[in-house]
Amino acid sequence: MIFSELLQYLINGLSQGAVYALIALGYTMVYGILKMINFAHGEFYMFGAYMGFVGLSVLGLPFWAAIPFVIVTTGLLAVLVERFAYRPLRGANRIAPLITALGVSIVLLELMRVTAGAQPRAFPQALDNVTWELGETLGILQDVYVQRNQLVILGLSLFFMGILRFIVMKTPMGRAMRALSVDFDASRLMGVPINRVVAFTFFLGASLAGIAGIFVGMYYNQIEPYMGQLAGLKAFTAAVLGGIGSIPGAVLGAFTLGICEALVVGYGESSYRDAIAFGILIVMLMFRPWGLLGTPERVKV
Amino acid sequence: MIEYFGQIFVLFGINVILASSLNVINGYCGLFSLGHAGFFAVGAYSSAAFTTLIAPEWTAQSPHLALLVSSLIAMGTAGIAGLAVGIPCLRLTGDYLAIATVGFGEIIRIVFLNMDVVGASRGMPGIPRLTTIPWVIVGAAFTLIILNNLIKSSFGRCIKSIREDEIAAQAMGVNVRFYKTFSFVVGSLFAGLAGSLFAHNQEFLHPSNFVFMISVSVLLMIVLGGLGSQKGAVLGAFIVTLLPELLRLNEFVSQIRMLVFGLIMILVMLVFPEGLLGLLKKGSLKNKFFKKAKNEPGFSGAPL
Amino acid sequence: MSTPPKDKKPLLSVRDLTIRFGGLVAVNNLKLDVFDGELVGLIGPNGAGKTTCFNMLTGVYSPTSGQIVFAGRSIVGLGPHKISAAGAARTFQNIRLFKEMTVLENIMVSLHARRNYNLATALLRLPRFFSQEKVLRSEALNILGNLGLEARAETYAKNLPYGDQRKVEIARALATKPKLLLLDEPAAGMNPIETAQLSGFIQEIRKKFSLSVLLIEHDMSLVMKICERIYVLDYGELIAEGTPSQIKSNKRVIEAYLGGGGLEKLSQEKNTAGGAHA
Repeated sequence: MIFSELLQYLINGLSQGAVYALIALGYTMVYGILKMINFAHGEFYMFGAYMGFVGLSVLGLPFWAAIPFVIVTTGLLAVLVERFAYRPLRGANRIAPLITALGVSIVLLELMRVTAGAQPRAFPQALDNVTWELGETLGILQDVYVQRNQLVILGLSLFFMGILRFIVMKTPMGRAMRALSVDFDASRLMGVPINRVVAFTFFLGASLAGIAGIFVGMYYNQIEPYMGQLAGLKAFTAAVLGGIGSIPGAVLGAFTLGICEALVVGYGESSYRDAIAFGILIVMLMFRPWGLLGTPERVKV
Repeated sequence: MIEYFGQIFVLFGINVILASSLNVINGYCGLFSLGHAGFFAVGAYSSAAFTTLIAPEWTAQSPHLALLVSSLIAMGTAGIAGLAVGIPCLRLTGDYLAIATVGFGEIIRIVFLNMDVVGASRGMPGIPRLTTIPWVIVGAAFTLIILNNLIKSSFGRCIKSIREDEIAAQAMGVNVRFYKTFSFVVGSLFAGLAGSLFAHNQEFLHPSNFVFMISVSVLLMIVLGGLGSQKGAVLGAFIVTLLPELLRLNEFVSQIRMLVFGLIMILVMLVFPEGLLGLLKKGSLKNKFFKKAKNEPGFSGAPL
Repeated sequence: MSTPPKDKKPLLSVRDLTIRFGGLVAVNNLKLDVFDGELVGLIGPNGAGKTTCFNMLTGVYSPTSGQIVFAGRSIVGLGPHKISAAGAARTFQNIRLFKEMTVLENIMVSLHARRNYNLATALLRLPRFFSQEKVLRSEALNILGNLGLEARAETYAKNLPYGDQRKVEIARALATKPKLLLLDEPAAGMNPIETAQLSGFIQEIRKKFSLSVLLIEHDMSLVMKICERIYVLDYGELIAEGTPSQIKSNKRVIEAYLGGGGLEKLSQEKNTAGGAHA
């Protein structure tokens, strides 16, 4: 049935999109405040996946405890990186932080490769993964499968995105973040504690990416040091698609990308899956760099 | 042993060409291009295609001429690639430009990865070894001289003015779109030359020779030496060529070669963002080694 | 202070010029003329839209509607470099010198249109390159000489004291051999002595280079002294136009600036504006 095919792709696309969203949010928040693209963000995601492995396999934590473990470790890593590699360059020209971020990305990647090995590592089954056929359950559709993993991923992702929204909209720290993203200098002059807010933003963004990492480990049952490269690029594309600097934009872009990928894999050539993100990126940058939800920047002369 | 040093020198020469060509785009024009490996690849594959597929017999007969011709072809095709990348990127600023160029570089690599006529993922073997040390010297010298003549001319001043202040440059009548495109083309032309020398030295080409990390390495060369400085480009190329070889001496250390690269990148930005030459400019080192003050411009951080 | 020849066509003619940024109308239906050889002032409180006007006149912004005719052709929608080629040069409120280039190089950028050698000649270092570079150099030094800046020729622009930076801004614009010079707050950050020097200087270059000048300024002493006619903007609207004496006594103008006070206070505003720049 055509409809059930479509539904299947949508289900796959949504859970993939959720993962992209968690990563994209980190990119967009850091860019919104510091106007800097953290090239190393994909490595936070990769680190989170490995921390998930450590939590589940090495420490034997249950699933619900592994997640906070990932949040804390990945968040702390980001705070350290920001403190020592990015903060000294704050306010400098645009190239220096970019190069530093590239350097951090390489360092994190290589550290993990040297420590944990370049080979993919098996990720434990965090949850009993059951696959349901919707048709059986609901009685109408056939051949549409939903994995328990997918539901957990989608559900928890939405949960964490909800928490993020709460933090950003309803807490003083969130207000400070929003103030910084609107006008950094004015906020500083108004006494907003810049260093704390920036550190917190990095912590938030990286922990979301780390959660995405553990989800992906769970879903594909393997992780490897290079996983952050492609995922980072795709999540970045999602953020650009939605409008870099915009939180709803990142979510919109991520789900759009996830669904587009699923549709292309389903209806077209699966080997072109990765090319979708590239294509979208180039097209967006050429024609609408400020994204779907963004507004074009006016040059002040 | 001589063979080994000869190889290092050839690689050094190729890196000099790559570094000074990227310097035109990044250092002098101030455009953040991270896709240089793409132009390098276009030059390498097109020149190799000529000597291997199109005119192998003639190549065998007149190797020197063949290298020359294939290098010209490499420059031409790479220049066209530079045009194809530069024009769409005209409207992009800073970070966006960087990402777009990464994208283009990757697209070029993926194209070659899927192009059967040059071997796709199996690679392209059997490229005649035409590159010799004299030729590398000629190529590098040619590049350095031409680019120096370019930058120390009215054209060069227009290019630099874009880096300094694009809006003011336009107000002074500089056709910014033209010169940005021009910078891309010049940079890509010489990257193509480097590609030809590379292909005819390696004898075997594979798309993995042109991954994003290569673009990063070339960027590291000019950042290390000092953005916007020819001498810096040569110095940076020297260090970046030598470093892996030095690290190779120790078994363990050679494993962490890329890690060291990354650490160097971070360190340079934190400690001496104006590169080694910038470091020499200020402070007592300068007074120690150079008597006369040489006004060597470094990259001051004009906002992109 | 002569009255403009109304029978001749103006060098610059602006009609119904409007620009909207989203919901905000920054400039509304501006009408403005500059005749050959005139020195015209454009004044108004902060935020009145004066620099926005300049940006439209020099092609940085595209107006939402309206006409701009310069030297007989419409220049609406043209890019800045084309407008510069047409003969309109500008300086910037926040100095935009090419910092990592020497003063001489800054000027020589403006001379690039008259380089008289092609790329091949430059790359191959043919004799023509050297002779033409010499010509450009001496022309640039000449311009610097007119402003008393020859001694600074080899200094990097970033190392110049503020007053000299402002002068180089003007020199750089002059080097494009414009018919119309647009000066955006040239006296910002200057003390009264420097300002007085500047006013003499502007009149001098106008004569020497046969220019017309359109000037944005906050310093009323400068404006009143040298401008032949003045346009006054407030919230994007043209509220007055006339000679300095007419503007001085114009009620709307006085109200716009302070709501009742005296025009002497206006030079205090200049000091705060200058302070912000220094």
